[in-house]
Amino acid sequence: MARRNFQAIGSTADIAFLLLCYFLMTTTMGDQSGLQRRLPPIPDEKQAQDQKVNRRNIIIVRINSADKLFAGSEPMDIAYLKEKIKEFLTNPTNDPNLPEKEAKEIEGKTYMVSKGVISLQNDRGTSYQAYIAVQNELVKAVNELRDDFSRANFGKKFSRLTEEEQDIVKKAVPQNISEAEPKDTGKK
Amino acid sequence: MSKFGSSSNKKEVPQASSNSLSDIVFMLLFFFMVTTQMRETENKVKVVMPEASEVAKLERKDLSANINIGSPTLQYQAMYGTDARIQLNDSFKTVADIRDFIAAERDAMSEAERSLMTVNLRVDQDVRMGIVSDVKQELRRCSALKIMYAARKPAKD
Repeated sequence: MARRNFQAIGSTADIAFLLLCYFLMTTTMGDQSGLQRRLPPIPDEKQAQDQKVNRRNIIIVRINSADKLFAGSEPMDIAYLKEKIKEFLTNPTNDPNLPEKEAKEIEGKTYMVSKGVISLQNDRGTSYQAYIAVQNELVKAVNELRDDFSRANFGKKFSRLTEEEQDIVKKAVPQNISEAEPKDTGKK
Repeated sequence: MSKFGSSSNKKEVPQASSNSLSDIVFMLLFFFMVTTQMRETENKVKVVMPEASEVAKLERKDLSANINIGSPTLQYQAMYGTDARIQLNDSFKTVADIRDFIAAERDAMSEAERSLMTVNLRVDQDVRMGIVSDVKQELRRCSALKIMYAARKPAKD
């Protein structure tokens, strides 16, 4: 009797092992992560004149076909890009060459919101790795500014805030990264 | 009287029960069933994703459409060469096929969720931006504007 019982359990384990092997073979670990972006819609002819943005509010970040980086008009190493972007977006000295700020009311409080836009341009020959590295630096700059803003206004890190507070911070420190039309930059 | 080490006690040591073995295996089984997902398509292009420290997780995996771009894997190189190619679902496609692909993906979703669709661009790090720009332009024309550049977290800061 005892022997028969033991056999039954042994086969359950075998069946379970087979199932386990089956799932190990046919499935993958889910690891979908990345940098999320919103592409601009295709502009209409009518809208074209609306898109004129004041010169001081734009910084052009360019990566050429040799993966060299230009911010504004001067060549730059990627290590310095983050600080440059942070300075551009905060404009701490109210420099007339850096973007203007606008008082905006968000959820009953008024914050100074920068009007700065980062325009990212690339060449057809730019490598994807360099492109993502630059995108990453831009996102990092914005994330650090959001962290600073959260600490100053809520006393906590951005990731620790509630969803509503995060929305306020997102509006106060917008992530305005525009990916230029490739036809503007591709002719090189 | 010592309990340990005397040879006369050897026979009284009970055999390790294998009853719990099946429980353990079942637990492992459930763990893998919950944490993994079915492999939907076979990779025909080699995709080594670039590293980025600021990655965010995609919340709704079921609402994403995958576009793979990279050079074909070894077994397909004889046929397709080593230039970067686009893979949609299970086959090599061109930029012109993206429109149909997006339409098909949209049809598979419920009406309310269509606007939440994210296109997951899985691009190899050695690919040139030209083909990626073409794909992005085509996506804009299909008004699939939510995209994600797939990247992996660096192992160490």
